[in-house]
Amino acid sequence: MFQNIGELVVLFGRTLAALPLVWRQRQKILDQFFEIGVASLLMVCILSFFIGGVMALQTGPLLVERGLGSYVGAIVGYSIAKELAPVLMAVLIAGRIGSAMTAEIGSMRVYQEIDALRTMNINPVHFLVLPRLTALAVALPMLVTIAIVVGWMGGALVATANARIAVSFEAFFHALRSAVDLLDVLNGVFKSFMFALIIGMISCHQGLITRGGPRGIGRSVTKAVVNSIVLIVISDYFLTRILLK
Amino acid sequence: MMNAPASQSNGVSLRVRGLRKAFNGQEVLRGLDFEVAPGEIFVIMGPSGSGKTVLLKHLIGLEAPDAGEILLEGRPLQAPGVMNRYRMAMVFQSGALLNSLTVGQNVGLYLAEHRLRPPGEIARITSEKLAGVGLAGTEDKMPSELSGGMKKRVAIARALVIEPQLILYDEPTSELDPLSAVVIAEEIVRLKERIGVTSLVVSHDRDLAFGVADRIAVIHQGQMRAIGTPDEVKRHPDPLVQQFLQAGFKRQ
Ligand SMILES: Nc1ncnc2c1ncn2[C@@H]1O[C@H](COP(=O)(O)OP(=O)(O)OP(=O)(O)O)[C@@H](O)[C@H]1O
Ligand SMILES: [Mg+2]
Repeated sequence: MFQNIGELVVLFGRTLAALPLVWRQRQKILDQFFEIGVASLLMVCILSFFIGGVMALQTGPLLVERGLGSYVGAIVGYSIAKELAPVLMAVLIAGRIGSAMTAEIGSMRVYQEIDALRTMNINPVHFLVLPRLTALAVALPMLVTIAIVVGWMGGALVATANARIAVSFEAFFHALRSAVDLLDVLNGVFKSFMFALIIGMISCHQGLITRGGPRGIGRSVTKAVVNSIVLIVISDYFLTRILLK
Repeated sequence: MMNAPASQSNGVSLRVRGLRKAFNGQEVLRGLDFEVAPGEIFVIMGPSGSGKTVLLKHLIGLEAPDAGEILLEGRPLQAPGVMNRYRMAMVFQSGALLNSLTVGQNVGLYLAEHRLRPPGEIARITSEKLAGVGLAGTEDKMPSELSGGMKKRVAIARALVIEPQLILYDEPTSELDPLSAVVIAEEIVRLKERIGVTSLVVSHDRDLAFGVADRIAVIHQGQMRAIGTPDEVKRHPDPLVQQFLQAGFKRQ
């Protein structure tokens, strides 16, 4: 699966080199941005709400039994901000948005639309990759920020409502605030930015190298999603290691 | 009708020497040699699978030859900067319209992406080119709403917008009714007369070929079997060429 890493790096380099054209492509970036938002905002909210809830449900009774009820907010808040929201939202976006990007670019490749662009001297990296990567690199951190807040809410709500936990809203957020500072949130958001680059690059690259008809598109989409998720989890380890205080 | 005195000598000359290409060991182009003069309409005929589309893709730089040379105005196509120096356009066999854009956006794409004209003027040119291929007022349609023949005509409009110096048509009339085919044939000739463009037309359509061609080449299994003026090709002694042209007669 890693035989394409070299090509991926080259494509990333060419996309970076095209960054000065961002302003020119702003309309396309905006379109992509709203498409990503519309397609995933509701799902991000639902998913993160339940992740927060289940975290509280798993840790709450355990901590309360040992008289550590005041730590529920800390543990839920910390793990959501630094780990769960960035990684799980990235996985969600890889499945929801990355796959769509690969399918779209892949079908453009198969149906010769990319050849047509090249005959018009339009660089596919500028026209297709740059807007998608930029939009994703902006959208995913924003979605993750929302996911962190919603996840906290979900955790707090379950902590309050569940009889075996029964930690008040105030106590939950008091504990959360004492354990999680802005830097922790930024840490998670930064990770998600890196994940966005991974998803965007893998998805566009797989799209561009698609061959062989509709079946080829299906193959590319599967590969893009699987490779994205694997690379997200692996790089998550190293990012965490690097960002460890 | 040899080169009518081109109003502007805009077209480029094209020369192909010893062009060879194989895909996975299967030889598709087996040593092609020909020249096309500036402003000439050169028609390439040949059976399905003979390598016509592959040849056009080489001429516009979408495929790289295994061996041989392609010279534009005497300069190798692969040399840096040569492709950007001349305006070239290709009308794909399938049309290859961008499905996510409207018809109007497709036609105006070249001008808009390269910022060659202000938006108002792009809209005007787009409408004018669409009207030229008999599709006035279709700007806001999506390609998926068009028939095969309409897509092909939009693709031609999109190529005309570039005001190319070399234009490659891959089966421009294959999905068209006879009336639309005549419109396209007229457009091919008119474009050549107006801007002196060099045109390569790949076609099975005998009416189109013998109607517009300055010269015709017949390609078979990656080799040129005949090359000459329409009259010379019609009288060509090669039985394969005759078979191909006759078969064309019978089908019509
Ligand atoms: N990218 C490719 N990979 C492998 N084989 C190819 C490729 N492109 C074309 N071929 C092969 O080259 C041969 C010639 O194809 P080409 O598309 O040029 O035919 P054609 O003359 O345009 O036929 P038609 O009139 O049906 O369009 C075919 O046998 C085809 O299978
Ligand atoms: Mg063909």
